[in-house]
Amino acid sequence: MLRAGIVMFPGINRERDIAIALTRSFGQKPVMLWHKDPSIEGIDLVVVPGGFSFGDYLRCGAMAAQSPIMRAVAAHAARGGYVLGVCNGFQILTEAGLLPGALLRNAGLRFLSMDCQLKVARADTAFTSHYQQNEVFRAPLAHGDGNYTASPDVLDRLEGENLVAFRYEGENPNGSARAIAGIYSPNLRVMGLMPHPENLVDPLMGGTDGKALFDSLAAAST
Amino acid sequence: MKVNVTVMLKQGVLDPQGKAIARALHGLGFEGVEDVRAGKLIELDLAETNPDAARAAAEAMAQKLLANSVIESFRVELG
Repeated sequence: MLRAGIVMFPGINRERDIAIALTRSFGQKPVMLWHKDPSIEGIDLVVVPGGFSFGDYLRCGAMAAQSPIMRAVAAHAARGGYVLGVCNGFQILTEAGLLPGALLRNAGLRFLSMDCQLKVARADTAFTSHYQQNEVFRAPLAHGDGNYTASPDVLDRLEGENLVAFRYEGENPNGSARAIAGIYSPNLRVMGLMPHPENLVDPLMGGTDGKALFDSLAAAST
Repeated sequence: MKVNVTVMLKQGVLDPQGKAIARALHGLGFEGVEDVRAGKLIELDLAETNPDAARAAAEAMAQKLLANSVIESFRVELG
């Protein structure tokens, strides 16, 4: 079983949602990590949750990407460790250079608080083994800056190397390039996505569509 | 020494904020507005007194933090 840790920055607000989802699937509580911690020793899976780290000052995720713990997270990723970034966590991973591209203001300019449909681009990774390929599932959105963009070369590489994790199915809610909702690093160990699978892991939340992502991680090995 | 760093979305990157401002200006009757692009102005007050060194420092700051080169370009001007 992977040992999971959740990174907390000032302004983050989804850390407990992630902790609930991880605890459900893993059967054990994740370690909560503070952004000033210089070390993440003993952690196999680092989750960077959603929220508004450092008030979204300058650019979403720009300040958090410079924090001490992100140097440790980068070293962890370089060693082949697992990293999951959700929403603001995805923005932080792109700002830290752990994933390519950037998240722009939603094309429609409005903050989106709604459900979307996500299509699983590949079901053979540590994050998606409990989904089926091309499966479509429901996931809540809550962001103002989720419009994924990258140069055409980077987009071609992501598609050519099969590094797209999820695509918006049906309506593209935020204008993301090629309807990309989430992407992987080349070694498939770092994944970032804008929607919130952690908010649909219990019938009391209105559904369990997101649980398979955390069940997949619970089944992954180091 | 004061240095101004202007950060703008790159040409070709969709600027929905600029578009919204343009629409609002049109709504106010400013019909001659053909395009609007919105960006950020960051004013730095540096201890450095040598203009070349101050400019180089500001450029390094822009590359590392103030601008995201994936989506933004920047311009450094001595104040």
